Amino acid sequence: MAKIKNLADLRKLKDQLQSGTKSGGKSEHAEELVQVKIAMATCSIASGARETMNYLVDELEKRNIDAVVTQTGCMGYCYAEPTVEVKLPGRESIVFGYVDHQKADEIIEKYIKNAIMPEGLIPVNYQKINE
Amino acid sequence: METVKLTIDQKAVEVSVGTSILKAARRVGIEIPTLCYMHLEDLNIEHKPGGCRVCVVEVQGRRNLAPSCATDVAEGMVVNTHSIRVLNARKTVLELILSDHPKDCLTCAKSGNCDLQNMAIKMGIREIHNQDIAAMSTYRTDFSPAIIRDMNKCIMCRRCETMCNEFQTVGALSAINRGFMSVVAPAFEMDLEDSVCTYCGQCVAVCPTGALTEVDHTNRLIRDLSNPAKTVIVQTAPAVRAALGEMFDMEPGTLVTGKMVAALRRMGFKYVFDTDFAADLTIMEEGSEVLDRLSRHLKGDKSVKLPILTSCCPGWVNFFESQFTDMLDIPSTARSPQQMFGSIAKTYFADKISVKREDLVVVSIMPCLAKKYECTRDEFKVNGNPDVDYSISTRELANLIKQANIEFHSLPDEEFDLPLGESTGAGVIFGATGGVIEAAIRTAYELFTKKKLDSVDFKALRGMEGIREATIDFNGLPIKIGIAHGLGRARKLLEDIRSGKSQYHAIEIMACPGGCIGGGGQPLHHGNSEIIMKRMEAIYREDKNKPIRKSHENPYIVKLYEEFLGKPLSEKSHKLLHTHYVDKRKKIIYI
Amino acid sequence: MSEYTIHLLVCGGTGCKSRTSHAVAGNLKAEIKNQGLSDVAQVVITGCFGFCEKGPIVKIIPENTFYTQVKPEDAKEIVEEHVVKGRRVQRLLYKDTKTEKIVTDAREMERYKKQVRIALRNCGVINPENIDEYIARQGYEALGRVLTEMDPQQTIDIIKKSVVRGRGGGGFSTGTKWELTFRNKADQKYVVCNADEGDPGAFMDRSILEGDPHSVIEAMAIAGYSTGASEGLVYIRAEYPLAIERLKGAIKQAREYGLLGKNILGTDFSFDIDLRYGAGAFVCGEETALIHSMEGKRGEPTMKPPFPSVAGYLGKPTTVNNVETFANVPPILLKGHEWFSSIGTEKSKGTKVFALAGKINNVGLIEVPMGITLREVIFEIGGGIKGGKQFKAVQTGGPSGGCLTEKHLDIPIDYDNLIAAGSMMGSGGMIVMDEDDCMVDMAKFFLEFTVDESCGKCTPCRIGNKRLFELLEKIAIGNGIPEDIERLINLGNVIKDTSLCGLGQSSPNPVLAMIKNFPREYDAHVLDKKCPAGVCKALMVYEIIAENCVGCTACARACPVGAITGERKEVHTIDTGLCIKCGACMDRCKFNAVIVK
Repeated sequence: MAKIKNLADLRKLKDQLQSGTKSGGKSEHAEELVQVKIAMATCSIASGARETMNYLVDELEKRNIDAVVTQTGCMGYCYAEPTVEVKLPGRESIVFGYVDHQKADEIIEKYIKNAIMPEGLIPVNYQKINE
Repeated sequence: METVKLTIDQKAVEVSVGTSILKAARRVGIEIPTLCYMHLEDLNIEHKPGGCRVCVVEVQGRRNLAPSCATDVAEGMVVNTHSIRVLNARKTVLELILSDHPKDCLTCAKSGNCDLQNMAIKMGIREIHNQDIAAMSTYRTDFSPAIIRDMNKCIMCRRCETMCNEFQTVGALSAINRGFMSVVAPAFEMDLEDSVCTYCGQCVAVCPTGALTEVDHTNRLIRDLSNPAKTVIVQTAPAVRAALGEMFDMEPGTLVTGKMVAALRRMGFKYVFDTDFAADLTIMEEGSEVLDRLSRHLKGDKSVKLPILTSCCPGWVNFFESQFTDMLDIPSTARSPQQMFGSIAKTYFADKISVKREDLVVVSIMPCLAKKYECTRDEFKVNGNPDVDYSISTRELANLIKQANIEFHSLPDEEFDLPLGESTGAGVIFGATGGVIEAAIRTAYELFTKKKLDSVDFKALRGMEGIREATIDFNGLPIKIGIAHGLGRARKLLEDIRSGKSQYHAIEIMACPGGCIGGGGQPLHHGNSEIIMKRMEAIYREDKNKPIRKSHENPYIVKLYEEFLGKPLSEKSHKLLHTHYVDKRKKIIYI
Repeated sequence: MSEYTIHLLVCGGTGCKSRTSHAVAGNLKAEIKNQGLSDVAQVVITGCFGFCEKGPIVKIIPENTFYTQVKPEDAKEIVEEHVVKGRRVQRLLYKDTKTEKIVTDAREMERYKKQVRIALRNCGVINPENIDEYIARQGYEALGRVLTEMDPQQTIDIIKKSVVRGRGGGGFSTGTKWELTFRNKADQKYVVCNADEGDPGAFMDRSILEGDPHSVIEAMAIAGYSTGASEGLVYIRAEYPLAIERLKGAIKQAREYGLLGKNILGTDFSFDIDLRYGAGAFVCGEETALIHSMEGKRGEPTMKPPFPSVAGYLGKPTTVNNVETFANVPPILLKGHEWFSSIGTEKSKGTKVFALAGKINNVGLIEVPMGITLREVIFEIGGGIKGGKQFKAVQTGGPSGGCLTEKHLDIPIDYDNLIAAGSMMGSGGMIVMDEDDCMVDMAKFFLEFTVDESCGKCTPCRIGNKRLFELLEKIAIGNGIPEDIERLINLGNVIKDTSLCGLGQSSPNPVLAMIKNFPREYDAHVLDKKCPAGVCKALMVYEIIAENCVGCTACARACPVGAITGERKEVHTIDTGLCIKCGACMDRCKFNAVIVK
């Protein structure tokens, strides 16, 4: 990674990242892909989030679904870990709780593939301050 | 200097910026009670951890009570030192300390002399709530050859820690554990004997309770004195006569040599001798050693190690044996006066009075706790029989005199017995920092230059400053002298030697502040370091009043050499009066 | 393959469930089937919306329509009007109780805005192990602006004007603290991040470090620039291995990008960060004890003054700030101090992250603006008390705080209000207690912690706290006398008044607050020797109700100490002197004959 030489370069980098033109792989054209985020804080890991993430990564690939799976920090739903946020293209993101392998399978088959919502949706109850 | 105006108990006070409320209150005659606070002004030690919380006072506008020893005054401050809120807090805090303290005042070594006991009396504590369900923090008692640690009585004032780590830089003690079970102890609660402790006893000198006390040989002495088969003789250190009177409510600095001798005689000692005699002997041996090294050095002998360090202080010897083991060939090989005395007493003197070595009991009265340990060193025994059987501190002697119901004040002044009781002024000044080297100079000068000294007073070597230096003109040859008292200062000089920076020819080191007069076995000063100053003045007074003030002019010393030893550094002298040092590192458990 | 275009989310939370939300869902499904829309509209049962008193809730997406108090009979109308015809059922829409306005879009709902994530803005959004994601969300922009467009005093002024206060619990003005360090001249200064987070039940700082470590790094660099420090230290407790890992990784990435190290972003400002680890001591969260711990000394507090801003780490001017405080810094500089101070109350601006724990449904991390009430936090965002039990008290500020009861629920949360109510903000832990929690037992719980964590330096905390604990034990086992409660109060107040540091000054708070708020409960333990909540074992008396006992001897056989006697088919009795209150008899009895008095 090259050093960022000044503020102007930092802003340029930000713009590139936001438009998805930077950094190769699946981050490009992110808007058109299914985005899956899994909370990976200590409470998440203690509840089995790593296994859930591994399962999702493997299964999505096996089932040939083009998705970006990343880990993230605590979403605040500690009572329902492991939690997974899924954003289908063109739709608002939805958060699911208590996601074990079975639920993960349901999420892939029902929601990601067919936009059929399985049970266990957690209503988002906060707003995040935007840029 | 900027000043601050404030009000304490409705009295107006004006003090300089940076003064604590405690000191400001003293200016107007208000003595706020303290417990952990300790200010040894002459040693530049102000210990104010703010831990005991006894000295708390009310400050208007401040949410909680302030510890007066550690809170600086501010302009316009209004302080109340005895409101009901303060009294309630102070008494409750004291009661808490007592609730975690053994209740054996009746048999405690510190009874009558204990800061905690005095505070409890003053604050009128009459009951300890819920003592029946109160847990107590208890620990194993640690018996070392010189110091007893009974940490059940520790109140976490941390004074010992400050003396050991910051003043003495020995580092044997620090706080361990956490919370209720926290206590001051050697690391991992090991025994003092296994640690780097030098037995200097400065921790005992400042402990406000019976947690740190000396090993007490009083009962052993009583048994020996009443044993008809034993001949018990005693030697007294110079520092004792300048402080013993304090234990009988005399003014600090009163010389009680004559009464001390009288008391000892009445207690039943067969012969009352003077360690000062052996001090003169030490000068003969050590002075000759100094001159020997000096002459060889001046002749260009590169194998000679300079500076030469004095070695009469056992705490100091322990210090370099455990922390400066690379320099064991630098100190003088001469034994301490206590040990030289014992060696001569059990040979020369025992023969004179036809008593067998095993039936002769040599007891020393010392201001020192490390001397108790020194008696037990293997180098100072012959076939298992120690040269000095045991050492008694000034405090123990005073207690013994009181137990024997001897009315100290009405004793007549008596003289020491001979031949081991005659001493010169040079022997007396061993008790003060700078005294040993001054005594050595008085003899070394005359022996080296073959000239007589105009004045035997070397004022440049005297005083309370931590590290002092002077250059003495040995008939054109400048001899540089260094002096340190307190092991922290000794460390500095040692590190200079180690790094090659040291320019001195000879250095005198005393482990205790002020020298032996500030020893761990002396009457407790309870934080008043002025007392040490007064004792120092007494020592120099006794020296001035002596007819003979140079060791080599002591007729009994001359006789000793003629009849018995031959000459200084002779083979016999080496065997009886010199020693070697031990690398203590293997013995000590280092982490 | 079908693709649903409309989803009807029916709240399945306990509150709504008890109000027939399942019946609602069932009816909706049936109606949709009737209308032949089973392939287009899906009915889903979801987790709790946190709006229990207006339940059952039905939310329709993608329009975000929010229906409240939906009855099973309403299902037909919702499907016919909304799903088929696209017309909202007005009477079921949520009406804001304050403005009387009907809210059509759920996102407009006040309650949706109850949480405002500033410190947690990136948590759950970005991958904390990828600095690019942080940069994509304006990461390090604040640092860049500060370094190139502002001088230290200007930066400090903005922080001061935002009125952000220390989030570790002290509530001291962060801007003022930075200014004090800035003003002290020295050849070296330090910025320290206090990540010790010792309060039991608090995990706000952990979540920020695990989810958004760069926000702390950026803020520390900004603090370094503002105060004149070139070195930063994070004191992080060793019990947070994941946070340590993420932080280390983030520092490494920042260094690679040149955002830490020499000449950051082409300016002559250099700053780097080192980590120091705690060793399991709560007291090392106190700033002077923390500093001594970093210096390799015993982790004990020392007197203030001198304050760390004058003489801190290694005797140099040091700014010590909490993780959450730092996390607030970049947004303040990006969005401005007016924006920040528009949130919150008069003296407490911005938001606070709380860790909700205890007998509450939605255990977790929330971030709310100052001024929100406890009622809103516990019953709305928190989803109410677990199992539908009765709320009893909430402990804020952990072992240093006091409990707040029913009568405090409508207090707007801020630093000063909580102190006035007898508690404190603390670092943000909120432990909710219900009718099954005993206030004597809870006081014991907190005091046991502080007794263990006391450093031992000062008398009142070292010995006093232990004595308080012993008194509570005495009361809990039934040996208390009325004077014991007076003694608890007096001793507690003296400990508060005379302790050297914040630990001792606040450790009696739980017991003092509980005695004040629940005097009858304490009296019950002392005078009646009873524990109303049924927690203190020693005060529980097991008894057999004669009417229900059939003499089956199951209890007698289960008793491990032989305390139950009785012949077959005869009423059995328990010898209370032998009984060890294990409850085995009660578990075995099939006739409800064993009760606890």
